[in-house]
Order: sequence, then C-alpha cells, then structure tokens
Amino acid sequence: MAVLTYLDAIRQGIWEEMERDPSVFLLGEDIGVYGGAFKVTAGMLEKFGADRVIDTPISESAIVGAAVGAAMMGLRPVAEMQFMDFIACGFDQVVNMAAKIHYRWGPPVPIVIRGPSGAGVHGGPFHSQSNEMWFVHTPGLKVVMPATAYDAKGLIKAAIRDDNPVVFFEHKFLYRRIKEEVPAEDYVVPLGKAAVRRAGSDVAVITYGAMVWVALEAAEQLAKESISLEVVDLRTLLPYDEDAVLASVRKCNKVILLHEDTRTGGMAGELAALIAEKAFEDLDGPVVRVTAPDTPVPFSPPLEEYFLPNAQKVAEAARKLAAY
Amino acid sequence: MLYYLKLTRAAEWRIEQVLYRQGKIVGGVYVGRGQEAVTVGAAIRLKDGDVVVPTHRDFSAFVMRGFSLREIFCNWMGRANGPTRGRDGSLHFGDMKRGVVGIISHLGSWCPVACGVAMALKRRGQGNVVVVFFGEGTSSEGDVHEAMNWAAVMKLPVIFVCNNNAYAYSTPAAREFAVKSLAVRGPAYGMPGEAVDGNDVLAVYASSQRAIARARAGGGPSLIECKTFRMTGHAAHDMAEYVPQALLKTWARKDPIKRFEKFLLTQRILTRPRLREMEQTIQKEVDDAVAYAEASPLPEGPTALRGVYCHPD
Repeated sequence: MAVLTYLDAIRQGIWEEMERDPSVFLLGEDIGVYGGAFKVTAGMLEKFGADRVIDTPISESAIVGAAVGAAMMGLRPVAEMQFMDFIACGFDQVVNMAAKIHYRWGPPVPIVIRGPSGAGVHGGPFHSQSNEMWFVHTPGLKVVMPATAYDAKGLIKAAIRDDNPVVFFEHKFLYRRIKEEVPAEDYVVPLGKAAVRRAGSDVAVITYGAMVWVALEAAEQLAKESISLEVVDLRTLLPYDEDAVLASVRKCNKVILLHEDTRTGGMAGELAALIAEKAFEDLDGPVVRVTAPDTPVPFSPPLEEYFLPNAQKVAEAARKLAAY
Repeated sequence: MLYYLKLTRAAEWRIEQVLYRQGKIVGGVYVGRGQEAVTVGAAIRLKDGDVVVPTHRDFSAFVMRGFSLREIFCNWMGRANGPTRGRDGSLHFGDMKRGVVGIISHLGSWCPVACGVAMALKRRGQGNVVVVFFGEGTSSEGDVHEAMNWAAVMKLPVIFVCNNNAYAYSTPAAREFAVKSLAVRGPAYGMPGEAVDGNDVLAVYASSQRAIARARAGGGPSLIECKTFRMTGHAAHDMAEYVPQALLKTWARKDPIKRFEKFLLTQRILTRPRLREMEQTIQKEVDDAVAYAEASPLPEGPTALRGVYCHPD
C-alpha cells in the first residue's frame, strides 16, 4: 500500500484500466502533452500513445458525442471535462444522446465523463459548481462522486467497466488535500452502494463528496458534547443506495441531509421525500437540510465561505435536532 | 437505385397520406418526398463495416442497410416487436451490427457521434467510412460546426452529406445562412466541399463515391451539399402554406424519380413492363409490411420500465 492523494488515486485507477483493457481510451482538452489542467492524466500520453490519449479541440459537445459514437463501436472512452461546469456545453449529448440510446434501440454506451467539480478554491461562478443534480434527474445515467482516495480509485475503475454512461464528479478541493493508503492492486468499489463513514446513534448525516469530511469534522466536535453522529457517504447519487439511507434513518431516528450543492432541487430534497415515504414512522424529529443557499457560487473568499456548508453549520443543526 | 427510390416514395406515401390520416400512426410524421435521390445516391454503395447516420428523412438508408419494411413499419406503429419496442417512433432507431446509428430529435447532435464512430473505424484500420446526413437547417447548429472541425483536425473518414431541401420547417434557407452554397464551408474547415444537384441521383452518387474513396484512402472528411426541395410540409400536420406554389411547381418538374425513370427508359436500360413489375412488387412489399405491423402486438405498459440501464449478461 502506498499513500496516495485523491487525485493520484483517480490517476492510478484510470492507468490500471488502460493497461487492463485496450478498448479504454481518453479524450479531452489538454489531457495529452499537458497532462490535464489538474494533471489527472499526467504521463499517460507517453505511456499509452496519442491513439489512446487524445487532445481534442475545445468542443465539449463533440467530446461527449464522439465518446458516444466510439462507445457504440465497442470502445470504452473516458472523456475529461476540464471543469465539470463546462459539461453544460455538451449537455444535450449527455442527457439526450448518451442517456437514452440503450433504452431506445439497444446498444450499450459505456462512457465515463469525468472532471473536477465543487467549490472551496475561489474558482468563482464557473469553476466551482456542484452540478450533479442536472444529471441525477436523467434516467439512463449513473452519477458518482467519491469522497475518499480509496473510493476514488475503486469507483473510477467500476465506472470505466460499467456498460452505462457514467458522469463522474471529482471534487477539486479534495484532489491534493486527501491522502490515504490505497492498495496498489486491482479492486473496484461497486456503483450504487453507500458507505457508513462513522457509526453513530443520535443523528444520521447523509451526504457525499467533500461534505463527507465536513460531516466527520462535525461528528468529532459533537462527540465531545456526547452527541453521536452517524455519517453516511452516498458515493453514487444515481442510482442511489436507498437501503443504506433508510437503515441509517431507522437507526438514528433523526436525520440531516447535507450537500455542497444549492438547496432547491438538490439531493437532500429527493432523500427527504424518500424518508417521508418509507421511514415516516421512524422519525423522531424534522428532516433537516444543510446545503448551500440558492445562489451562484460567489468568487470573493468571504462570500464563498458564507456560501459553503461547514462543520460549524452542521454541528449547529445537529445540536438543535438532537435536542428536539 | 430506382427500386430504392420508388420503394421510399411508396412507403412514405403510405405512412404520411394513409396511416397517419387513419390515426394508425401517431406522433410526428416526417418524410423525404422529393429528396429521395440524396439518400440513395450517397449511401447505396457502401462496404461491410461502413456506418450510416441517416436522418428522419433518409428512409432508404435503413432499407439499403438491411432493415426490412416490416421492422420499419413496426417502429412507425409503436409495436412491441419493432426495433425500439415502442420506446421511440419514426426512423429513430439503428443497429450497430448493420452499421446504422439512430438519431435523436436534437438536430445535428448525431454529427459528433458520427465522428466518434469514425475514430473507432480509423483505429480498426480497414478503410471503412461513415456517411452522415443532415439538413441545411441543421447546419446552423453548433454540433455540426464542432463535428466538421473535429473530423478535419483528426482526418476522420466521414462524408458529411447536407440535404439542402430549401426549408427548415417554415424558415427558408436564406434566413438560415448567408452564403449561397453551404459547400463553401468545407474548405473553411479544411476539407473539400462540393455542391451537387440533389435531384440527380447519379450526380449525388458520383460525388459521394469520390468522397468515399478519398476517405477510405485516409484523405479525411468531405462535405457534399445536395440541393433539393422538400415537397411536403415539415411534418404531416404542416400544410406548408408558407412555400410559394410556383416554387413547388418548378421543383415538381424536377422530380428525382421521374427524372431517373425517364433516363433509364430513354437509355433503354429499363423497359416499361419491367418498370410496372417493379411498381407491383413494391406495392406488395408495402402492403405486406403494413399488414404485418398492424397484426403485431402493441407493447404492454409495464415494459416501459425495462432497459433503462444496460446490464451485462
């Protein structure tokens, strides 16, 4: 085992899949010679050659569309969005082309569209969005967001092997901040399965992505106040692990739904509905959302700090809920 | 060639003028009457392994690539045994084994997909090509620009066939682009561009074969603009009153099928009895396909839930 950053874990996962399966190839902007804006694909051009590590024009729609075409021919393209914000330029190809082909006339579309998302690095409104819900509302896609380095490697490998279009959100704040021991050997983390990051008994915090670490920090603080938080990491947002969510709610009877994404139409709303439908009798308090407000992601540090959920906000909500 | 031209005319007539009016075909009905020569000329002579990306107005491409009329009519009529099992209508289907990519309604979106198919074909290295169709209205979409640029940069074996039928729904070509011919866009992207008479099936064929040969040899993509005319509304509900009658009359005289028939008859390649025989065969084939589709089951409601995801066997 070696200590890897979240970023290197993704890189290692892609690298191993490229070695394992010659049908896997990469395409995207500045991913070859430059190794990607964040260096996720560094060294891959040298190792795998220009036929499998393809620098493309600045054409997000064509990047996704070409990936779809190549996938239908039996290849397994991994397309990089330089920032996930830019997937908007290829939106049609993701939600109308890729997501619906198999359902309509049959061929598998095994593509991965991956790239950095999320805030916390002062990227401003167009380099910081958590835009995962654009895709969670599209049947036919899978949507994944790892929180740990171990998962980052295991999930990217599972995504590449999956026969469906997978939109893979990496969190850029975690790229170099998360360092963990990651097995050097081959393993996958199955899509659609959540993980309990910390077991607890008073309040369940259901979250994903960078907010997993925020929840864990809040749990650490509250442990000193004898409030026990359980932290559930969804890992896959579509299809999400309904059983894990309900199990945690039934165990703690109180729940906070936490995400960095904005409030209205966020994952928390979906989970709140699920809990209301299937675990209403198990609740001993209101379902509470801790999310970013309904604004674009602001640029200036004090604005961005105000915008983002943090451990303090989660702890505050948990204290109130625990006392309910 | 004449068989595919006439089969398309007869089958689409049945779809638009009979089955739609009888309420037996629901939803949007788009046909390619008057512009059949574009598809037949461009896609009639392809090899195994080549791929076609036909639009909703390229009926004959499906037949030429091996789809039966029965399959096609089952899809039009939303049957459980059609290629989409009732999940999508009209010509919104394909089959990679037969080298046909199914389009979606978002115009031009299939052009980048064609590039991806061509990337895979180029990698395979067997000299295969992709023929992708789109209309002059679609040429205003960003995806067409991205795809043509992409194909030229990567020197992909793609033949872009632009079917310029003069109207994008109700909007005349002059309000879609400010150039006289879209063919000039070819050189602008770094590929040859040629404009041909889209109602002359032999002219379309000759131009396409040149482009195909070039692509097979590694010469990269080409653009062919086929100038033709949409002799119907945008869809079956559309009476196209915005099209001047005089224009329709002019283009009716240039009908690609009558024109090719006349050519074959005067050249004594075809005889009148042989022509009548062909027409009778086509009628029978269409009758059979319609009867088969009508007798085929409609899908059960709950099957709508199946197959959202692809699961490995």
